[in-house]
Amino acid sequence: MESSRRNFLKIAGVSAIAVSARPVLDAFASSEEKPESRGLRGVDALKATHWGMVIDTREFRSSADVEPIIEACHKVHNVPELQDKRHEIKWIWEEEYHHAFPDKVNKFLNTRVEHLPFPVLCNHCENAPCCRVCPTKATFKRESDGIVLMDFHRCIGCRFCMAACPFGARSFNFRDPRPFLKETNSDFPTRMKGVVEKCNFCAERLAVGKMPACVQASNGAIAFGDLDDPKSKVRRLLKRNYTIRRKQNLGTEPSVYYIV
Amino acid sequence: MNDKGKIVTGLVIFVAIMTFPFWYNMGKAAPIPQPKLTKKAKAAKVCVAPAEYMRSEHMQLLDTWRDTVVRDARRIYVGENNKMFNMSLSNTCIDCHSNKAEFCDKCHDYASARPYCWDCHIDNPKEKK
Repeated sequence: MESSRRNFLKIAGVSAIAVSARPVLDAFASSEEKPESRGLRGVDALKATHWGMVIDTREFRSSADVEPIIEACHKVHNVPELQDKRHEIKWIWEEEYHHAFPDKVNKFLNTRVEHLPFPVLCNHCENAPCCRVCPTKATFKRESDGIVLMDFHRCIGCRFCMAACPFGARSFNFRDPRPFLKETNSDFPTRMKGVVEKCNFCAERLAVGKMPACVQASNGAIAFGDLDDPKSKVRRLLKRNYTIRRKQNLGTEPSVYYIV
Repeated sequence: MNDKGKIVTGLVIFVAIMTFPFWYNMGKAAPIPQPKLTKKAKAAKVCVAPAEYMRSEHMQLLDTWRDTVVRDARRIYVGENNKMFNMSLSNTCIDCHSNKAEFCDKCHDYASARPYCWDCHIDNPKEKK
Protein backbone atom coordinates (compact mmCIF):
# COMPACT_ATOMS: atom_id res chain seq x y z
CA MET A 1 0.00 0.00 0.00
CA GLU A 2 1.33 3.33 -0.97
CA SER A 3 1.67 5.57 2.03
CA SER A 4 -0.02 8.89 1.61
CA ARG A 5 -0.97 11.69 3.92
CA ARG A 6 -4.60 10.57 3.69
CA ASN A 7 -3.82 7.00 4.76
CA PHE A 8 -1.61 8.17 7.59
CA LEU A 9 -4.35 10.40 9.00
CA LYS A 10 -6.91 7.61 8.72
CA ILE A 11 -4.77 5.20 10.69
CA ALA A 12 -3.91 7.86 13.25
CA GLY A 13 -7.60 8.66 13.74
CA VAL A 14 -8.64 5.04 14.21
CA SER A 15 -5.80 4.43 16.68
CA ALA A 16 -6.76 7.50 18.70
CA ILE A 17 -10.32 6.20 19.05
CA ALA A 18 -9.08 2.76 19.98
CA VAL A 19 -6.80 4.12 22.68
CA SER A 20 -9.35 6.48 24.22
CA ALA A 21 -12.37 4.16 24.10
CA ARG A 22 -11.29 1.96 26.98
CA PRO A 23 -11.10 4.59 29.75
CA VAL A 24 -14.42 6.10 28.64
CA LEU A 25 -16.15 2.73 28.72
CA ASP A 26 -14.59 1.97 32.09
CA ALA A 27 -15.84 5.24 33.50
CA PHE A 28 -19.36 4.53 32.28
CA ALA A 29 -19.29 0.98 33.62
CA SER A 30 -18.12 2.05 37.08
CA SER A 31 -20.46 5.02 37.46
CA GLU A 32 -23.38 2.71 38.04
CA GLU A 33 -22.79 1.70 41.64
CA LYS A 34 -19.95 2.91 43.74
CA PRO A 35 -20.02 2.05 47.42
CA GLU A 36 -19.48 5.67 48.41
CA SER A 37 -22.37 7.08 46.42
CA ARG A 38 -25.06 5.81 48.75
CA GLY A 39 -26.52 8.34 51.14
CA LEU A 40 -29.90 8.93 52.68
CA ARG A 41 -31.53 11.65 54.72
CA GLY A 42 -32.41 10.61 58.27
CA VAL A 43 -36.07 9.79 58.82
CA ASP A 44 -36.45 12.12 61.80
CA ALA A 45 -34.70 15.06 60.13
CA LEU A 46 -36.62 18.33 60.30
CA LYS A 47 -37.50 19.64 56.87
CA ALA A 48 -37.94 23.15 55.53
CA THR A 49 -37.15 25.03 52.36
CA HIS A 50 -36.09 28.23 54.11
CA TRP A 51 -35.20 28.07 57.78
CA GLY A 52 -35.79 31.28 59.66
CA MET A 53 -35.78 32.60 63.18
CA VAL A 54 -37.94 35.06 65.10
CA ILE A 55 -36.44 36.44 68.29
CA ASP A 56 -38.93 37.95 70.71
CA THR A 57 -36.79 40.50 72.53
CA ARG A 58 -39.69 41.41 74.82
CA GLU A 59 -38.79 38.26 76.73
CA PHE A 60 -35.35 39.59 77.62
CA ARG A 61 -34.69 41.90 80.53
CA SER A 62 -30.94 41.81 80.98
CA SER A 63 -27.80 39.94 79.99
CA ALA A 64 -28.76 37.22 82.44
CA ASP A 65 -31.55 36.18 80.08
CA VAL A 66 -29.32 36.03 77.01
CA GLU A 67 -26.21 34.43 78.50
CA PRO A 68 -27.64 30.91 78.92
CA ILE A 69 -28.59 30.95 75.24
CA ILE A 70 -25.07 31.91 74.20
CA GLU A 71 -23.60 29.32 76.51
CA ALA A 72 -25.83 26.55 75.17
CA CYS A 73 -24.75 27.29 71.60
CA HIS A 74 -21.07 27.61 72.35
CA LYS A 75 -21.03 24.45 74.40
CA VAL A 76 -22.68 22.33 71.71
CA HIS A 77 -20.39 23.60 68.98
CA ASN A 78 -17.10 23.59 70.86
CA VAL A 79 -16.68 27.34 70.56
CA PRO A 80 -13.62 28.36 72.60
CA GLU A 81 -13.56 31.18 75.07
CA LEU A 82 -10.63 33.44 74.33
CA GLN A 83 -10.03 36.36 76.64
CA ASP A 84 -8.21 38.47 74.06
CA LYS A 85 -10.91 40.42 72.21
CA ARG A 86 -8.98 40.31 68.95
CA HIS A 87 -9.00 36.52 68.97
CA GLU A 88 -12.57 36.14 70.13
CA ILE A 89 -14.73 33.43 68.53
CA LYS A 90 -18.48 33.91 68.60
CA TRP A 91 -21.46 32.23 66.99
CA ILE A 92 -24.13 34.12 68.88
CA TRP A 93 -23.48 37.13 71.07
CA GLU A 94 -25.03 40.21 72.67
CA GLU A 95 -25.22 43.55 70.97
CA GLU A 96 -26.95 46.73 72.01
CA TYR A 97 -29.61 48.27 69.79
CA HIS A 98 -27.36 51.05 68.42
CA HIS A 99 -24.90 48.51 67.08
CA ALA A 100 -27.34 45.84 66.02
CA PHE A 101 -29.64 48.20 64.12
CA PRO A 102 -27.53 51.23 63.21
CA ASP A 103 -29.92 52.20 60.41
CA LYS A 104 -32.94 52.30 62.73
CA VAL A 105 -31.62 54.55 65.48
CA ASN A 106 -33.88 57.44 66.32
CA LYS A 107 -32.70 60.51 68.14
CA PHE A 108 -34.83 59.57 71.13
CA LEU A 109 -35.23 55.90 71.88
CA ASN A 110 -37.41 53.87 74.15
CA THR A 111 -35.38 53.22 77.32
CA ARG A 112 -36.10 49.50 77.39
CA VAL A 113 -34.89 48.97 73.83
CA GLU A 114 -31.92 51.27 74.18
CA HIS A 115 -30.28 49.17 76.90
CA LEU A 116 -31.62 45.77 75.99
CA PRO A 117 -29.08 43.09 75.06
CA PHE A 118 -30.01 41.77 71.61
CA PRO A 119 -28.83 38.26 70.81
CA VAL A 120 -27.30 38.48 67.34
CA LEU A 121 -26.00 35.71 65.10
CA CYS A 122 -25.47 34.83 61.47
CA ASN A 123 -28.57 35.98 59.59
CA HIS A 124 -28.45 33.22 56.98
CA CYS A 125 -29.17 35.84 54.34
CA GLU A 126 -30.99 35.03 51.16
CA ASN A 127 -28.40 37.00 49.20
CA ALA A 128 -25.45 36.15 51.37
CA PRO A 129 -22.43 38.27 50.44
CA CYS A 130 -20.10 35.80 52.20
CA CYS A 131 -21.03 33.07 49.72
CA ARG A 132 -20.36 35.36 46.77
CA VAL A 133 -16.85 36.23 47.87
CA CYS A 134 -15.68 32.81 49.02
CA PRO A 135 -13.02 31.74 46.53
CA THR A 136 -13.18 28.06 47.42
CA LYS A 137 -16.95 27.71 47.88
CA ALA A 138 -16.28 26.72 51.47
CA THR A 139 -19.20 28.93 52.42
CA PHE A 140 -22.32 28.19 50.47
CA LYS A 141 -26.05 28.54 50.65
CA ARG A 142 -27.64 25.14 50.89
CA GLU A 143 -30.36 25.12 48.25
CA SER A 144 -32.45 22.53 50.04
CA ASP A 145 -33.06 24.51 53.24
CA GLY A 146 -31.58 27.98 52.81
CA ILE A 147 -28.93 27.64 55.51
CA VAL A 148 -25.67 29.45 54.88
CA LEU A 149 -23.20 26.75 55.76
CA MET A 150 -19.47 26.31 55.96
CA ASP A 151 -17.39 23.39 54.88
CA PHE A 152 -14.49 23.85 57.28
CA HIS A 153 -12.41 21.39 55.28
CA ARG A 154 -12.35 23.74 52.36
CA CYS A 155 -11.80 27.04 54.16
CA ILE A 156 -8.39 28.44 53.36
CA GLY A 157 -8.67 31.26 55.87
CA CYS A 158 -8.57 34.13 53.39
CA ARG A 159 -11.18 36.01 55.46
CA PHE A 160 -12.92 37.57 52.45
CA CYS A 161 -16.20 36.44 54.02
CA MET A 162 -15.40 38.33 57.20
CA ALA A 163 -14.89 41.49 55.18
CA ALA A 164 -18.06 40.84 53.20
CA CYS A 165 -20.38 40.06 56.11
CA PRO A 166 -22.09 43.28 57.24
CA PHE A 167 -23.10 41.71 60.54
CA GLY A 168 -19.72 40.66 61.90
CA ALA A 169 -21.09 37.16 62.25
CA ARG A 170 -17.82 35.46 61.40
CA SER A 171 -14.78 34.78 63.54
CA PHE A 172 -11.33 33.70 62.55
CA ASN A 173 -9.28 31.17 64.46
CA PHE A 174 -6.06 33.05 65.00
CA ARG A 175 -5.02 30.36 67.45
CA ASP A 176 -5.62 26.67 67.88
CA PRO A 177 -8.97 26.67 69.67
CA ARG A 178 -8.54 23.37 71.51
CA PRO A 179 -6.60 24.60 74.56
CA PHE A 180 -9.32 27.17 75.17
CA LEU A 181 -12.19 24.73 75.36
CA LYS A 182 -13.39 24.07 78.88
CA GLU A 183 -15.13 20.90 77.82
CA THR A 184 -15.56 19.30 74.42
CA ASN A 185 -18.72 17.95 72.93
CA SER A 186 -17.56 14.81 71.21
CA ASP A 187 -20.50 14.79 68.77
CA PHE A 188 -19.25 17.90 67.04
CA PRO A 189 -15.75 18.59 65.71
CA THR A 190 -13.63 21.48 66.86
CA ARG A 191 -11.94 23.80 64.41
CA MET A 192 -8.28 24.27 63.62
CA LYS A 193 -6.08 27.31 63.47
CA GLY A 194 -6.60 29.28 60.27
CA VAL A 195 -10.27 28.72 59.48
CA VAL A 196 -13.27 31.00 59.77
CA GLU A 197 -16.37 29.88 61.63
CA LYS A 198 -19.90 31.04 62.30
CA CYS A 199 -23.37 29.90 63.31
CA ASN A 200 -24.68 27.01 61.22
CA PHE A 201 -28.32 27.21 62.36
CA CYS A 202 -27.57 23.89 64.06
CA ALA A 203 -27.72 22.00 60.77
CA GLU A 204 -26.34 18.95 62.57
CA ARG A 205 -29.17 19.05 65.11
CA LEU A 206 -31.90 19.65 62.53
CA ALA A 207 -30.66 16.55 60.71
CA VAL A 208 -31.51 14.41 63.73
CA GLY A 209 -34.81 16.08 64.51
CA LYS A 210 -33.65 18.51 67.19
CA MET A 211 -34.31 22.24 67.33
CA PRO A 212 -31.28 24.56 67.41
CA ALA A 213 -29.52 24.82 70.76
CA CYS A 214 -30.33 28.53 71.21
CA VAL A 215 -34.01 27.92 70.53
CA GLN A 216 -34.10 25.17 73.12
CA ALA A 217 -32.30 27.28 75.71
CA SER A 218 -34.45 30.37 75.15
CA ASN A 219 -37.61 29.29 77.02
CA GLY A 220 -39.71 30.17 74.03
CA ALA A 221 -38.19 33.57 73.32
CA ILE A 222 -36.72 32.33 70.05
CA ALA A 223 -38.93 30.66 67.45
CA PHE A 224 -37.55 28.65 64.59
CA GLY A 225 -39.30 27.34 61.50
CA ASP A 226 -39.90 27.40 57.79
CA LEU A 227 -40.31 30.91 56.38
CA ASP A 228 -41.73 29.46 53.18
CA ASP A 229 -44.59 27.76 55.00
CA PRO A 230 -47.40 30.23 55.80
CA LYS A 231 -48.65 27.94 58.57
CA SER A 232 -45.31 27.67 60.38
CA LYS A 233 -44.75 29.11 63.83
CA VAL A 234 -42.40 31.79 62.56
CA ARG A 235 -44.78 32.97 59.87
CA ARG A 236 -47.63 33.17 62.37
CA LEU A 237 -45.45 35.25 64.70
CA LEU A 238 -44.43 37.51 61.83
CA LYS A 239 -48.04 38.04 60.88
CA ARG A 240 -49.07 38.97 64.40
CA ASN A 241 -46.12 41.13 65.43
CA TYR A 242 -44.19 44.04 64.00
CA THR A 243 -40.64 42.86 63.38
CA ILE A 244 -37.34 44.34 62.28
CA ARG A 245 -34.29 42.83 60.64
CA ARG A 246 -30.69 43.93 60.81
CA LYS A 247 -29.39 46.30 58.12
CA GLN A 248 -32.28 45.51 55.81
CA ASN A 249 -31.33 48.36 53.49
CA LEU A 250 -28.25 46.42 52.35
CA GLY A 251 -30.51 43.96 50.56
CA THR A 252 -29.01 40.77 51.91
CA GLU A 253 -32.48 39.62 53.11
CA PRO A 254 -31.67 38.25 56.58
CA SER A 255 -33.66 35.26 57.81
CA VAL A 256 -33.52 36.36 61.45
CA TYR A 257 -36.35 38.65 62.60
CA TYR A 258 -36.62 40.61 65.86
CA ILE A 259 -39.79 41.51 67.68
CA VAL A 260 -39.07 44.66 69.69
CA MET B 1 43.31 9.52 28.64
CA ASN B 2 46.11 10.66 30.88
CA ASP B 3 43.85 11.13 33.89
CA LYS B 4 42.27 7.71 33.66
CA GLY B 5 43.19 6.83 37.24
CA LYS B 6 41.74 10.02 38.68
CA ILE B 7 38.52 9.73 36.69
CA VAL B 8 37.94 6.11 37.70
CA THR B 9 38.65 6.86 41.36
CA GLY B 10 36.30 9.82 41.22
CA LEU B 11 33.58 7.70 39.64
CA VAL B 12 33.99 4.96 42.22
CA ILE B 13 33.73 7.49 45.06
CA PHE B 14 30.72 9.13 43.42
CA VAL B 15 28.87 5.81 42.98
CA ALA B 16 29.74 4.77 46.53
CA ILE B 17 28.34 7.99 47.99
CA MET B 18 25.24 7.96 45.83
CA THR B 19 24.35 4.41 46.70
CA PHE B 20 25.32 4.74 50.35
CA PRO B 21 21.70 5.12 51.62
CA PHE B 22 20.77 1.88 49.89
CA TRP B 23 23.68 -0.02 51.38
CA TYR B 24 23.21 1.52 54.75
CA ASN B 25 19.51 0.69 55.00
CA MET B 26 19.76 -2.73 53.40
CA GLY B 27 17.63 -5.28 55.22
CA LYS B 28 16.32 -2.67 57.62
CA ALA B 29 12.99 -2.11 55.88
CA ALA B 30 10.20 -1.46 58.35
CA PRO B 31 7.83 -4.43 58.55
CA ILE B 32 4.50 -4.05 56.80
CA PRO B 33 2.15 -2.69 59.45
CA GLN B 34 -0.60 -4.87 60.83
CA PRO B 35 -3.31 -2.57 62.16
CA LYS B 36 -5.00 -4.03 65.21
CA LEU B 37 -8.76 -4.30 65.48
CA THR B 38 -10.54 -3.53 68.71
CA LYS B 39 -12.83 -6.12 70.24
CA LYS B 40 -15.81 -4.13 69.10
CA ALA B 41 -14.57 -3.99 65.52
CA LYS B 42 -13.83 -7.71 65.52
CA ALA B 43 -17.27 -8.51 66.87
CA ALA B 44 -18.95 -6.38 64.23
CA LYS B 45 -17.18 -8.42 61.51
CA VAL B 46 -18.23 -6.08 58.69
CA CYS B 47 -17.22 -2.48 58.19
CA VAL B 48 -19.36 -0.01 56.23
CA ALA B 49 -17.86 -1.52 53.07
CA PRO B 50 -15.77 -4.64 52.41
CA ALA B 51 -12.43 -4.57 54.22
CA GLU B 52 -10.54 -4.75 50.95
CA TYR B 53 -12.28 -1.63 49.70
CA MET B 54 -11.86 0.17 53.00
CA ARG B 55 -8.15 -0.58 53.04
CA SER B 56 -7.52 1.06 49.70
CA GLU B 57 -10.32 3.60 49.34
CA HIS B 58 -11.29 4.81 52.83
CA MET B 59 -10.01 8.29 52.03
CA GLN B 60 -12.29 8.59 49.01
CA LEU B 61 -15.16 7.29 51.08
CA LEU B 62 -14.53 9.85 53.82
CA ASP B 63 -14.19 12.60 51.25
CA THR B 64 -17.57 11.72 49.74
CA TRP B 65 -19.10 11.41 53.18
CA ARG B 66 -18.16 14.92 54.12
CA ASP B 67 -19.65 16.32 50.93
CA THR B 68 -22.90 14.40 51.25
CA VAL B 69 -23.26 15.37 54.90
CA VAL B 70 -22.35 19.03 54.67
CA ARG B 71 -23.63 19.89 51.23
CA ASP B 72 -26.55 17.52 50.60
CA ALA B 73 -27.67 17.06 54.23
CA ARG B 74 -27.74 13.31 53.73
CA ARG B 75 -26.24 11.69 56.80
CA ILE B 76 -27.25 8.06 56.59
CA TYR B 77 -25.02 5.71 54.68
CA VAL B 78 -26.45 2.49 53.37
CA GLY B 79 -23.70 -0.06 53.62
CA GLU B 80 -23.40 -3.75 52.97
CA ASN B 81 -26.64 -5.74 53.37
CA ASN B 82 -28.54 -2.44 53.55
CA LYS B 83 -27.17 -1.76 56.99
CA MET B 84 -27.46 1.94 57.94
CA PHE B 85 -24.61 3.98 59.30
CA ASN B 86 -24.34 7.57 60.46
CA MET B 87 -21.74 9.20 58.21
CA SER B 88 -19.45 10.48 60.91
CA LEU B 89 -15.76 10.02 61.42
CA SER B 90 -15.78 10.65 65.16
CA ASN B 91 -19.08 8.98 65.94
CA THR B 92 -19.10 6.00 63.58
CA CYS B 93 -15.58 5.10 62.45
CA ILE B 94 -13.89 5.93 65.72
CA ASP B 95 -16.68 4.33 67.71
CA CYS B 96 -15.45 0.93 66.52
CA HIS B 97 -11.86 1.76 65.72
CA SER B 98 -11.24 3.56 68.96
CA ASN B 99 -7.58 2.56 68.96
CA LYS B 100 -6.23 5.30 66.71
CA ALA B 101 -2.58 4.65 67.59
CA GLU B 102 -2.84 0.95 66.75
CA PHE B 103 -5.18 1.29 63.81
CA CYS B 104 -5.02 4.57 61.87
CA ASP B 105 -1.53 5.66 62.80
CA LYS B 106 0.10 2.30 62.05
CA CYS B 107 -0.39 2.54 58.29
CA HIS B 108 -0.34 6.30 58.08
CA ASP B 109 3.08 6.41 59.71
CA TYR B 110 4.35 3.61 57.48
CA ALA B 111 3.11 5.38 54.34
CA SER B 112 4.21 8.76 55.67
CA ALA B 113 0.66 10.02 55.22
CA ARG B 114 -0.24 12.84 57.53
CA PRO B 115 -3.98 13.42 57.30
CA TYR B 116 -5.16 16.45 59.27
CA CYS B 117 -8.47 14.86 60.27
CA TRP B 118 -7.59 15.00 63.95
CA ASP B 119 -6.92 18.72 63.99
CA CYS B 120 -10.68 19.14 64.18
CA HIS B 121 -12.33 15.76 64.59
CA ILE B 122 -12.07 14.39 68.05
CA ASP B 123 -9.96 11.26 67.86
CA ASN B 124 -11.26 9.45 70.86
CA PRO B 125 -14.66 10.62 72.03
CA LYS B 126 -15.02 7.88 74.63
CA GLU B 127 -11.72 8.62 76.27
CA LYS B 128 -11.99 10.89 79.28
CA LYS B 129 -9.05 13.17 79.76
